Amino acid sequence: MSRMNMIQAINSALDNMLERDPNVLIFGEDVGYFGGVFRCTAGLQEKYGVKRCFDTPIAEGGILGMAIGMGANGLRPVAEIQFADYIYPAFDQLVSEAARLRYRSAGEFWAPITVRSPCGGGIYGGQTHSQSPEGIFTHVSGLKTVMPSNPYDAKGLLISCIEDDDPVLFFEPKRIYNGPFDGYHDRALQPWTQHPMGEVPDDYYSIPLGKANIVRPGSDVTVICYGTMVHVCETAVKETGVDGEIIDLRTMLPLDLDCIVASVQKTGRCVIVHEATRTSGFGAELIAEIQEHCFYHLEAPPIRVTGWDTPYPHAFEWEYFPGPKRVGEALTRVMEDA
Amino acid sequence: MADETLRLHLPEPTTRPGMDPDASMIKVPPAGTLPKPPLDEPDDKMWDYALGMVRVLDDDHGAVGDWDPKLDADTLRKGLTYMMRTRAFDDRMLRQQRQGKTSFYMKCTGEEACGVAQAMALRPDDMLFPSYRQQSMLVARDWPLVDLMCQIFNNPKDRLQGKQLPVLYSVKGANFFSISGNLGTQFPQAVGWAMASAYKNDSKIAAAWVGEGTTAEGDFHHALTFAAVYQAPVVLNVTNNQYAISSFSGIAGGEQSTFAARALGYGLPGIRVDGNDFLAVYAVTKWAADRARSNNGPTLIELYTYRAAAHSTSDDPSGYRPKDEFTVWPLGDPIDRLKQHLIKLGEWSEEQHEALHQELEDEVKRDLKEAASHGTLGVRPCSPSTMFDDVFKELPPHLRRQRQEAGV
Repeated sequence: MSRMNMIQAINSALDNMLERDPNVLIFGEDVGYFGGVFRCTAGLQEKYGVKRCFDTPIAEGGILGMAIGMGANGLRPVAEIQFADYIYPAFDQLVSEAARLRYRSAGEFWAPITVRSPCGGGIYGGQTHSQSPEGIFTHVSGLKTVMPSNPYDAKGLLISCIEDDDPVLFFEPKRIYNGPFDGYHDRALQPWTQHPMGEVPDDYYSIPLGKANIVRPGSDVTVICYGTMVHVCETAVKETGVDGEIIDLRTMLPLDLDCIVASVQKTGRCVIVHEATRTSGFGAELIAEIQEHCFYHLEAPPIRVTGWDTPYPHAFEWEYFPGPKRVGEALTRVMEDA
Repeated sequence: MADETLRLHLPEPTTRPGMDPDASMIKVPPAGTLPKPPLDEPDDKMWDYALGMVRVLDDDHGAVGDWDPKLDADTLRKGLTYMMRTRAFDDRMLRQQRQGKTSFYMKCTGEEACGVAQAMALRPDDMLFPSYRQQSMLVARDWPLVDLMCQIFNNPKDRLQGKQLPVLYSVKGANFFSISGNLGTQFPQAVGWAMASAYKNDSKIAAAWVGEGTTAEGDFHHALTFAAVYQAPVVLNVTNNQYAISSFSGIAGGEQSTFAARALGYGLPGIRVDGNDFLAVYAVTKWAADRARSNNGPTLIELYTYRAAAHSTSDDPSGYRPKDEFTVWPLGDPIDRLKQHLIKLGEWSEEQHEALHQELEDEVKRDLKEAASHGTLGVRPCSPSTMFDDVFKELPPHLRRQRQEAGV
C-alpha cells in the first residue's frame, strides 16, 4: 500500500499490466522516453523497453487505427490521446471501426483497446485543453466510457479497462491528478496523500466496469456526478447542509442504472452535475432514464448543473466551471420545489 | 513581374458521355523494360518504378523481362480459373440483385488479376485488409462461394447474421479482415496488425487495399507515415481503377503524379504495375511481400487497372463516362491476356477455355441454387434474434432491456 496521486495510480496500473501481460503495450504522443506530458507513463519505457512503451507520430487517427489493428492481432494496446480535445481526428476510427468491428463481423474480429485521455478544465488550458467529450462517446453503440474520481478507483478501473475485450475510453480529469479539487481555485489544493482514496495498493486489483459508487449516503436528494465533480458536489453538500446522496458513476457506459433508480426512488429528488456542456450532454440521458424509471417517486423536477454551452473560455474558466456555489444553489432549489 | 489574374484549376476528364472513348493520354511503356531491383533497394532509386509501370506480358502474349515470375503452367491455369470463377460469380450475383433477391452488389470486372494474383503471391496465413472490391481474393483462397452468397442474401446461413451490407464480408477463416465500408480506415489498421506481428516475432505479414480516390483520406497518410516510421511488415496497395464512383482519378490528384509516387515522400518504395497483367501483379506483390517478410520494410503498390463495371448496383456509369471506354482500355482484359499467354505457351486452347467457362457457369449456378435454398433477403431472411449480440462481448443491462422491448 502506498500513498499515490492519480498520476502515480495510473502509472501503477500500467506498470502492473505491463508486468502481468506481455501483450499489453503503451503508445501515444510523448509517452515513451519522456513519460507523457502529465507523467502518467514516466519510467515505463526504461523499465519495460521501447517495444512496450513508445512514442507515436502526431496523428490521433493513425494512433487508434494502429491500435485497432494490433488489438485484432491479439495485443492489448493502451493508447494515450494527449488531451481529450485532440480525440476528434480519431473519431472515425473509434466510432466506425473500434466500436463496430465485433458487430459487423458477428464476433469474428474485435479490438480490445484502451484509450486513455486527460479531460476537463480548471487548469487554464483554454478551449483546446479543457473539454469533457465523454457524452459524445456514450452515444456510440459499442464503446464503453469510464471516468474515475480518485487514485484508488483510477487504478482499479484502468486495469479493468485494459483487461476488457471491448474498446474502452478512459477519461482522466486532469484537475484532480494531484488532489481532490473542491471547486475553489483560490484555495490551496488538498493533496491526495491526505485523502483516504489516495491510499492505493501497489499490487494488481481491479474495480468492475458498470458499477457506480455511493460516495456519501444521504436521504434528501440524489446527486449524480463523476470525475472532478464528485469533489465539488461533496463541497456543496457540506456547505448547504442538504443531506445529499452522492453517486459517483465511475462508468457512464455501461451505466449502473439500478444504483441510480434505487437512490432516486428513495430520495425523490435529483441533481445531476457534469463539467461538460449541457445540451445533449450525458445529464440529459440520466434525466430521461430517471423520468422513465422514477417519475412517480419524484417530488421535484430534476436539475442539471453543467458547463455552459460555450467553448471553454480561457479567461473566464471559473465563470464557466460548475463550482460548489452553482451546485449548492441547485441543491437548495431542488429541496424547495414542490 | 506584372500581376496575373489568378485562375482556379478544376480537373476535368478528357471524355464524357456521348463522346468517343479516348485512351490516348495513357502512356503504356513496353513490357519487360524495368529491371527487378534488390529487396533492399533504396527508395530514392525507385522513381522509375513509381512513375513507370512494371509489365511482363507483351503485346504478343509472351512473358518478358526481369520481373517474369516464371510460374508453371498449372499455377497459371489455377490463376485463370480463379479469375473466371470470380467473373462468373459476379455476373450471376448482379442478376440476383436485379431480381430483388439482394439489395446490393458490387462487381470487380476488369480487376480480377489484381485480387487473384495478389492472393496467390501472398501466403495463405498473411492477413488481408481488403476494400469492397476484392472478392477475387476470397475466390483465390478457395473460400466457398455458397458462404459468400448466403452473406449477400442475409439468409439464415449468413455468418454475419444480417448485420452487414451485402459483399462487406468478414472471413477470419481465410485471414480476410472484416470489410468496413468506411473508406481507408483499414489502411492504418493493417499497419498496426503488421506491427503486432513483428512485436510477437511472428512471420505473418499484412496487406491492405484502398482505391485511388481514397488516397485523399487522412487514413492513407496515417498508414504511410506509421508504416515508414515503424518499418511495418505490410504491403499497402492502391487499386487505381480510374474511377471513384463518378469522379475520375484527377479529382484525387492523379493529374499531378502517379499514386505510387506518393510513397517516395515517406521514404518508401512505390511501384506502379499493370494491374491487368497477371504475371506482373504476381511478381510485384511477391517482391513487396518478400521485402516485408525479410524486415526490409513496407511497400506501396499502385495497381493500374480499369473498373469495367458500374461502381455498384446503385450506380449507372453511362451518366459520367463514354459507354465503350473499356473497349479502348490499352491494358486489355486480364482474363483474356492470361488466356492468350497460356495458349501461346501451348498450355491452353479455345476449346479448353470454353469448356472451363461452361463448367464454372454450371458450378456457380449450383452454388446459387444451394445458397438460395436457405433463403434470400425478402424470402426467409435470417432471424433478428441475434440483433443485440456482438455490440459488446457480453450483453450489458441497457441492451438487455432494449432486446426485451424489441421482442426479438
